[in-house]
Amino acid sequence: MMEKHVVVIYPHPDDESFGAAGTIAKFREQGVPVTYLCGTLGEMGRNMGSPTFANRETLPEIRKKELMQACKVLDVDLQMLGYRDKTLEYEDRQEVASHLKGIIEESEPSLVITHYPDHAVHPDHDALGAAAIEAVRLMDPDKRPTVWAQAITNTHVEDLGKPDVINDVTANFDKKMDAILSHKSQASGILKNFNQDGNIPDDLKEEAKKRLGKESFYIWKF
Amino acid sequence: MKPIEKEKVQKMLESFINKEVYVHLETTNGAYASHVNEKAYNVGVYIRNTKVRFSQAKIVGDGKSYRAGLKMDIGWIYAEGLTDWEIYEESKLLMAGHDREGRLMVALQISETPFSH
Repeated sequence: MMEKHVVVIYPHPDDESFGAAGTIAKFREQGVPVTYLCGTLGEMGRNMGSPTFANRETLPEIRKKELMQACKVLDVDLQMLGYRDKTLEYEDRQEVASHLKGIIEESEPSLVITHYPDHAVHPDHDALGAAAIEAVRLMDPDKRPTVWAQAITNTHVEDLGKPDVINDVTANFDKKMDAILSHKSQASGILKNFNQDGNIPDDLKEEAKKRLGKESFYIWKF
Repeated sequence: MKPIEKEKVQKMLESFINKEVYVHLETTNGAYASHVNEKAYNVGVYIRNTKVRFSQAKIVGDGKSYRAGLKMDIGWIYAEGLTDWEIYEESKLLMAGHDREGRLMVALQISETPFSH
């Protein structure tokens, strides 16, 4: 079934690239409009570039530009929600949900992609995922988009079973890698983590492909 | 940022003495610490734009890693593991400690005007 419009809801610049860039690229190839609602500017990130070029004060503006670049690479519309990194779980859940509901009702997507609450490792992932699902739950059941929830804990298959949607994105991996590398302040630090000794291997892309070549989601049951 | 120059930072710290200033203090090992290593703990602290006044300020260290302490009327503020510094927007003192991969582990920042929030 062809989607009408896909809305991706994640809290950080780079979540879209690491988590769903291949899936997004596939939708764009089919001509499906994709909107990214990005919760924060990742103001509290630890990665400052490698070698370091950002500091705590310059990071938000740098990450905003990186986010815009990644969205350009992925050819998606971007809407920044204006929350602050690491604080989403302390916000009023209903307030965030109603904020998201307003946006979702206006754009009437057929599919929403977000994080699976309590199975998404980062507190912001869990909180914004929960708010996004709450937003859809609050909608008229006839008008609800499908929700794909992404779990990224090490134990999510054990805990939740096999994901309903498993997208092999190796065919679009160049695009995914371009999107990831748009996040210059973050990418090398995170990619380096793949390698225990801290060196980026020559075949970094191959290693990344192994780790990030599949994007999987659970279809949320309301 | 650049490696801490103790005398310059000390001078800058002293310029804030007995003034009402805004402090940003944080430490973090990242939200993924225990995801990447199950034996690790996630630990972090963050306080931004706290208005304080201190009467003494000192940076201490061995040339590589530094500690900075501020003495207030009824308490103390300190940060350990600082490696780099910068004067931001001509007047804000930024100090931070980075690990060997350049990731921020600790930050102490002082300004006479609030940090953006």
